[in-house]
Amino acid sequence: MDMTMIIAMLGAMVAAGTTYLLASLGEIVSEKAGILNLGVEGMMLVGAVTGYIAAVQSHSLLVAALVAMVAGGLMAAIHAVLCITLKANQVVSGLALTIFGTGLSAFVGKDYVGVLTETLFRNVAIPGLSQIPVIGPILFNQTMLVYVSLLLVLAIWFVLEKTSLGLKIRSAGENPAATDAAGVNVFAIQYGCSIFGGVLAGLAGAFLTLAYNNIWMENISAGQGWIAVALVIFARWRPGRALLGSYLFGLVGILGLRLQAVGISIPTQLFNMLPYLLTLLVMIFGTGRPGGRRNDGAPAALSLPYDREAR
Amino acid sequence: MPEPTVVLKGITKAFPGVMANENVDFTAYKGEIHALLGENGAGKSTLMNILAGLYRQDKGEMIIEGNRVEFHSPADAIKAGIGMIHQHFKLVENFTVAENVALGHENTRFFVNKKNIARDITAVAEANDIELDMSAYVWQLSVGEQQRVEILKMLYRNARILILDEPTAVLTPQESTRLFDTLREMAKNGCTIIIITHKLVEVCDVAHRVTVMRQGKLSGIAQGEEISYQSLTGMMMSENIRLDGKVPAGKAAAAVLEVKDLFVRGFKGVQAVDGLSFTLHSGEILGVAGVAGNGQRELAEAVSGIRGIQSGQVLLGDADVTCASVRARIDKGLAFVPEDRMDTGLVGNMNLADNLLLRSYWNAENNTVTGIHYARMAEKVDQAIEQYEIAVGNKKAPVRLMSGGNLQKVVLARELALSPSVIVAAYPVRGLDIGATELIYTLLLRERDRGAGVLLLSEDLDALLKYSDRILVLYRGRVMGIVDKAQARIGTIGMMMMGTTPEEVAKIEAVSHF
Repeated sequence: MDMTMIIAMLGAMVAAGTTYLLASLGEIVSEKAGILNLGVEGMMLVGAVTGYIAAVQSHSLLVAALVAMVAGGLMAAIHAVLCITLKANQVVSGLALTIFGTGLSAFVGKDYVGVLTETLFRNVAIPGLSQIPVIGPILFNQTMLVYVSLLLVLAIWFVLEKTSLGLKIRSAGENPAATDAAGVNVFAIQYGCSIFGGVLAGLAGAFLTLAYNNIWMENISAGQGWIAVALVIFARWRPGRALLGSYLFGLVGILGLRLQAVGISIPTQLFNMLPYLLTLLVMIFGTGRPGGRRNDGAPAALSLPYDREAR
Repeated sequence: MPEPTVVLKGITKAFPGVMANENVDFTAYKGEIHALLGENGAGKSTLMNILAGLYRQDKGEMIIEGNRVEFHSPADAIKAGIGMIHQHFKLVENFTVAENVALGHENTRFFVNKKNIARDITAVAEANDIELDMSAYVWQLSVGEQQRVEILKMLYRNARILILDEPTAVLTPQESTRLFDTLREMAKNGCTIIIITHKLVEVCDVAHRVTVMRQGKLSGIAQGEEISYQSLTGMMMSENIRLDGKVPAGKAAAAVLEVKDLFVRGFKGVQAVDGLSFTLHSGEILGVAGVAGNGQRELAEAVSGIRGIQSGQVLLGDADVTCASVRARIDKGLAFVPEDRMDTGLVGNMNLADNLLLRSYWNAENNTVTGIHYARMAEKVDQAIEQYEIAVGNKKAPVRLMSGGNLQKVVLARELALSPSVIVAAYPVRGLDIGATELIYTLLLRERDRGAGVLLLSEDLDALLKYSDRILVLYRGRVMGIVDKAQARIGTIGMMMMGTTPEEVAKIEAVSHF
């Protein structure tokens, strides 16, 4: 393999990893506020199909992206009503959301399978930055959504760690009762974060259909939403680590095809296994207990419904 | 004369079936430590929850620093300069001290400048002599330090009137001393400090003024020199308990529980029980007195087998159960009424029958070939409800919906069903109303007369003096002395609880008589 091939492969890695990155960033925000949403796969599929239909119909990428985000957000809003207002079990609600989203997207998109569109996110080389050797072609000759995801990494990290909104979000996920007592509207925070997570999952879906696969077909995400959920644990709920993890998983995802192209034949099933194997290893070795305390970054009140009057 | 900062006039508050506060007047002054004293259920917390904006009074008015106020939420009370620190801290464990203090504070801007916030908070802490590492995480702190974070949180919100609900219940004696030093300093700086408590020792130690409540009503006020065990006990104890006074003594017989040289580590590895030995006999109640956190919890848990010990020996009758499992101890006749009935005593989401089965589901009589004999259990549930006066709406409902008193009756119904020879009862009446309290003590006395030995842990000295045949005083995990009922006096026990040996107590008393 020569340098050009490696750079091309790393560029493909970034593209492949961006689906994971967008979805896991959203899930990080939701989980930081204490809301576990296992419906990422479903929200992603609904975003993928609605975004694609909007692109076909409107010929506008902006409209397509917005529609996908709204659709994902609405899906998350169902989860929010169930889990925050009605205090349903978050695992069950999330699973239901995935199954619902899978079915809904297949139904809505049945007339669009195989329909082609020219309204797609194309690679946009950023003047200047794309000229940097190695890094330029890998990171800065990508689609708009890749740049958006990179900015989101920074923005989410900044809001969570450096602002009072971030303090409120994190404390809602750590100890909602204490947060409530400090005069913060826990429910508003949790609703907002949960829906934000859905918005990004929807956008990740639009990325799949309009920037990566450039087509709609049933169940196009093929489990990538689940990997995004697992990535949150891998990333220990940190946006920066989510970026690294997403690209790592993206690399593992494309490696099979690339290696076959250069004549190294390893069963693709083995490669499809790798992301999950990696997740299991992270779970085993990543949850260390320095000082006898869990230090994996998981919000203490994750998935526990908060009821002010509970006894 | 200092100015009054808090004036409550004719506060009345009723809860369904209970008159929690009836026409209560209360006045606290600037710069004083004011103790609000009373037994459990006397209405102290209700009164203070009204002052802190959590409850609304049915009748009566509140005047804070000269202004008539109406509170609709705790936020209103905070704005008026009133901060309440509850028994269960409201802190985010994974946040630093500074983050906890800044959370939700209106001066915290969108872009958090950690340095500036830490500087502001440190300034407030230093002004009040509160020592804390601002960048430490709350989970790294001891309970005493966490309490200081709560105090700091209130001070940072400009609280001038600070209410502490049972502040020493979770503290070690050393931490309590430190807390009181801080509170004195704050009072000197012009704060009004109100402590809700039922511990006489504390009151005599720190309070400038005491308001005593009994059964929802104001029962007396004492200040300065008037504050003494005798005067306060008189005001605190309810009439009916004083009237029906004497409980017949038990007839102690053979030893049923022997503890020899017991060493147990407590939370965070503290030496909680430090070489403890005593013998409990059949037919007696051995009361255990001590300031909270002197090893009571660890002792009870070690005897019942749910906490491992370092060294020592525990004998149930003739059997050495030092290394025996909890179940083996139950089968040998041990019953345990744990300190926390909801956490350790019962499974909140299970119904009455299942909870009653927890300690005997393995017995043949509770089983059929196909599993639990639920038909028989239904009978036992009805028996328990009748015998222990358990008020229950739906027998199939999860027990967590029941009130504290009824929960405790369920625990006792389960523990006493097996006719135990030893009963370890840790704070069995904590938080219960007078009626339930009486019933629980009556049950324990009945068990004693049946021939069981009862180890009764309590923070209520009056109750200990009344019901125990002997009182063991625990101090820093050691036996300070064991006093017979006939010789026991509240002052003596109180001094021993503070670490005075019986010999020294005798000397002091000899001097004071002349």
